[in-house]
Amino acid sequence: MEQVKALVLRAAGVNCDVETAYALQCAGAEVQRVHINRMIENPKMLDACQILVFPGGFSYGDDVAAGRILANQIVHHLADSLGKFIDDGKLVLGICNGFQVLVKARILPGFGGVEKPAAQPVSITDNDSGKFEDRWIYLEPATSRCVFIEPGRRIYLPVAHAEGKVVTSDETILEKLDAGEHVAFRYVDSQGCEGSFPVNPNGSVDSIAGLTDSTGRVLGLMPHPERFVHPTQHPHWTRLKDQDAPDGMTIFTNAVNFVRQNF
Amino acid sequence: MKQWRFEICNRSGFDDVHGQGVLEDIHELGIKSVESACSARVYLIEADFDRDFAVGVVEELLTDAVCDEYYIGRSDAPAGPMQATIIEVHLKSGVTDPVADSVAMAIADMGGKARTVRTARKYILLGTISQSEAETIARRVLANDCIEDVIYGTDAEPPSPHTSPYELNVGRIPIAELDDKGLVKLSKRRDLFLDLREMQTIRDYYSESGREATDVELETLAQTWSEHCVHKTLSSSIDLDFDGQQVHFDNLLKETVFKATKELNKDWCISVFADNAGVVAFDEEDAICFKVETHNHPSALDPYGGAATGIGGVVRDPMGTGMGAKPIANTDIFCFGNPDMKLDDVPKGVLHPRRIMKGVVAGVRDYGNRMGIPTVNGAVYFDDRYMANPLVFCGNVGILPNDKCFKNAESGNLVMVVGGRTGRDGIHGATFSSGQMTHEHEDIFSHAVQIGNPIVEKKMLDTLLAARDAGLYEAITDCGAGGLSSAVGEMGEKLGAEVDLEKVPLKYAGLNYTEIWISEAQERMVIAVKEENLQAISELFAAEDVESTVIGRFTGDRKLTLRYDGDVVGQLDMEFLHEGICKYSRKAVWNAPKTTEPAIGAKDNYNEDLLAILSSYNVAGKDWIIRQYDHEVQGGSVIKPLVGVNNDGPGDAAVIRPKLDSDRGIAISCGMNPLYGDIDPYLMALSGIDEAVRNIVSVGARPDRIALLDNFCWGDCRKPKTLGSLVRAAQGCFDGAMGFEAPFISGKDSLNNEFLCDDGTTIAIPSTLLISAFSIVDDVNTCITMDAKEPGNVIFVVGLTRNELGGSHYYKIHGAAGTNVPTVDIETAAETARRIHEAIERSLIVSCHDCSEGGLAVALAEMAFAGGFGIEADLRGLPCTDDCTGAERELFSESNSRYVVEVEPACYDAFARLMLNIPFGQVGQVVHRQRLAITTRQRKTVVDIELDRLKDAWRKPLMLS
Repeated sequence: MEQVKALVLRAAGVNCDVETAYALQCAGAEVQRVHINRMIENPKMLDACQILVFPGGFSYGDDVAAGRILANQIVHHLADSLGKFIDDGKLVLGICNGFQVLVKARILPGFGGVEKPAAQPVSITDNDSGKFEDRWIYLEPATSRCVFIEPGRRIYLPVAHAEGKVVTSDETILEKLDAGEHVAFRYVDSQGCEGSFPVNPNGSVDSIAGLTDSTGRVLGLMPHPERFVHPTQHPHWTRLKDQDAPDGMTIFTNAVNFVRQNF
Repeated sequence: MKQWRFEICNRSGFDDVHGQGVLEDIHELGIKSVESACSARVYLIEADFDRDFAVGVVEELLTDAVCDEYYIGRSDAPAGPMQATIIEVHLKSGVTDPVADSVAMAIADMGGKARTVRTARKYILLGTISQSEAETIARRVLANDCIEDVIYGTDAEPPSPHTSPYELNVGRIPIAELDDKGLVKLSKRRDLFLDLREMQTIRDYYSESGREATDVELETLAQTWSEHCVHKTLSSSIDLDFDGQQVHFDNLLKETVFKATKELNKDWCISVFADNAGVVAFDEEDAICFKVETHNHPSALDPYGGAATGIGGVVRDPMGTGMGAKPIANTDIFCFGNPDMKLDDVPKGVLHPRRIMKGVVAGVRDYGNRMGIPTVNGAVYFDDRYMANPLVFCGNVGILPNDKCFKNAESGNLVMVVGGRTGRDGIHGATFSSGQMTHEHEDIFSHAVQIGNPIVEKKMLDTLLAARDAGLYEAITDCGAGGLSSAVGEMGEKLGAEVDLEKVPLKYAGLNYTEIWISEAQERMVIAVKEENLQAISELFAAEDVESTVIGRFTGDRKLTLRYDGDVVGQLDMEFLHEGICKYSRKAVWNAPKTTEPAIGAKDNYNEDLLAILSSYNVAGKDWIIRQYDHEVQGGSVIKPLVGVNNDGPGDAAVIRPKLDSDRGIAISCGMNPLYGDIDPYLMALSGIDEAVRNIVSVGARPDRIALLDNFCWGDCRKPKTLGSLVRAAQGCFDGAMGFEAPFISGKDSLNNEFLCDDGTTIAIPSTLLISAFSIVDDVNTCITMDAKEPGNVIFVVGLTRNELGGSHYYKIHGAAGTNVPTVDIETAAETARRIHEAIERSLIVSCHDCSEGGLAVALAEMAFAGGFGIEADLRGLPCTDDCTGAERELFSESNSRYVVEVEPACYDAFARLMLNIPFGQVGQVVHRQRLAITTRQRKTVVDIELDRLKDAWRKPLMLS
């Protein structure tokens, strides 16, 4: 496919839609920012695109819990359309609040099989620190089957959230995540080792920073790849002489390339 | 209809982060008997749905399946041997409850319908607690009396949500008959904050027109004539006696701050002191605007809500500038009392500085982050005199197209209010903030506290920008202080306007027409719409769930006409409203205080002094605050507030790229030093401007494109001495702006920052001038930061060090103030800034740090630990005046116009040539060794400390939980 099309979903309180759309454009996609009300009115608009992104922000003010109200809208108005979108082999990305939405709408971790789980097996809750924090962290890819991720490439991105701690209902779920390679990224230090705060900025179990579903075409992560697509976004770029392509771009480029090759 | 009650708490094994925070706060209060604190969220939902549906609501919507558990109904106190105290905190009736609104919407998404939804918080405290301790905890930690009600135990009923409807009752006041005593009484009784002369002017207006005043007319005049809205002190005529010398001003502001702008007459200034924010050119397509406001009084009463609405309010200034700007950056500067103050030393009616600080930071955080606006620059100052009057400065920068910088409402246009609904919150904010605070304000002015809902503002912003770009409205302004009365009054000043107050959408019934008219409920904008665009714009708002309502029309009769259900309840001539206020003439006195330099003995070693200054709250790292703000949202951050190898050094100024596809940037900084103001307010102002310029130049911004903003926060300016200090500062602003050719483009003042204690004593804040600056960066790729970059590089100091320890942090840690406040040699300062800029542009320097609080020693320490490399300094090369003798002056003098720069050996010659005729000297080099060592001109090593110790001393003091 020549022209890859992406939708970036807006809703009240979503606030990273513009820079997320820009990152997708830089990766070569044609991007439209769409309000949730329009999508609920006309879910068929999903047919014309191949990438759907739930960007960061505070959808509905994080009222009740982060992502919960928007997830409730997805579950009650768009579950079928979104299910078909994924079944069609298309890509879904949730960043920060978007990740919270995907988890709370039970689209992630997406163990597969016919039945959706009745209750969420995984959730995202208050940081151990109890407050919002903006800081840069390293991410180590933990799966080889997620189309957004370049295996083996450790990346450096910012997190900015108050509710980013990934938790599971019990140990067996954790084992299942591990066994099925659902963990997309883990928080590590610059050398690749897991650790406590601030290496793991929120206290996530098993240092989980992102999850992918059984297809590898749905990715949710707390860090913000769209905030590192230009060299001067690096927090100490003034110290670096030669920078590689900004780490955040890899996520968007991989997505666009996957669509180009498979559609 | 059934009342459902759901309680949600954390499942065991999942931390109750909120409860833990509460427990820490209780222990901080000194109540040690509480052993544990648990929190629960309570939802009260009035609805017709059955139990199955209710279970669905609680399980799917309200409870997190992994982390939470729920209880339907009211749970009992937990069993067990420990005494349990149960406290519930409910919002007072009428207070905005955004969570409740979201829950109601989500229930509708699920196919149900709720008549009302309310939320509350429940706390279970275990331990032997007396009733009075429980009340203290409730008042000081759990709830805010202004907006919340507290109930104890499991039996008491939560407050009823219903308010009774309003019946029209026009209040008529026979003001024409009142004598002076009666006028003063009337002003006081109605909290008008108008003085006798103003009341007399109003009386004469009614006498001439031969009629009674209505209540809403008087309120309108009080709002419009408030200090907050018209700056009557700064624009009054003033006679200054300055050390015996007489100076007269017809209009202080016009002859100082404005005058500099006018004389400089820069072609890149698009709109100055005219609109809600000052506007300057950015590039071919767009302009940039900037406004800084204060929200002091509300933040003293309700730190969280006051600060949140401070940010919310200032964001609406750029949104209401020209035809509306998109907000792209926030700034915040705070002044607090000492956070270590003993609880017993806090006067009645005042919150503890620590609680104020935590609340203010959380308020700015939650509003700014939710709006998706990066908070990129700020500062925090501590002084005991800010205890009862904390200062909260909130700034916002916006971007707008060049062809949308002006507005033009016309007669016949409809008056439309957009965004949030109107409630009783924030009534009398403008008048209240213009008066003195007392220990009774907590009770009397609780209604002046405003409640913010950033998501409503964000929705409104998204749709307004779309409407702007579609050309669907003719003018826009924000509903700030004075509410609709100010917004409609200002927009219709030259036209006239009629408003039907019953049409204004309300949060709840029961508001009278005056409350509707002057409420400062948040998240509202007023626009002027042509009749032919009404349908299109209404649809645009409705499509994204934003409320918009036509409430009146701009006329051509130059009258303001207010109706309720068709009855005229008030009518004023616009001319009287806007021009009728009497001119004041005031006396001001400034006599330089008789101060002396303290005698602090010379020492062989200044390690401890340097560590103490690094640890002093004003200098110490603000990491704890900065990280709570999203400083990267919108993707434009270039120089973040924290810089260096570990992203934790103190950057001088923030740089952002407002347009993602362009490398043109803007830099934002500030300067402020209240310590100098006690000794010499004129030099405080000059120093503030010099500091803001240094900061902005240090990162690579252009010195010839700097625009300044002033914020004057002073005590009671009816006192000639207080006013004298204000006048001296305003004179400093003029000289500084002229010298640096940096025009002021906007400003704001907050006077009367004094607190009357219950023992009759008064606490006045130190005279505080905040200078905010912003400038253009032609290419952000040329920006640099302050952290030391590479061993082997040479460190220079550019600018002269003088014998200027007056008001310094060195004196402060020794309990002294001194007298030699730093001066500014403006010509040299401006030239130095230009040379530094050229050096950065030509890549001759790799790091640059402004030398300010704490002097050279602090600047070197910060550069070293931010870069992770040591510095060996030898001050024999330090350019200084002859009287700058002794290690303490070399190390800690806070002389202005100095930069510490790092130069690669290869650029040494070119750099030195560029600095010709400017005082500069080589003072050391960057080294691998992890120490800062400083040797004085007498070749004595007076500082030698490992970097970790320096960094810890700097980082730890404000690392709060």
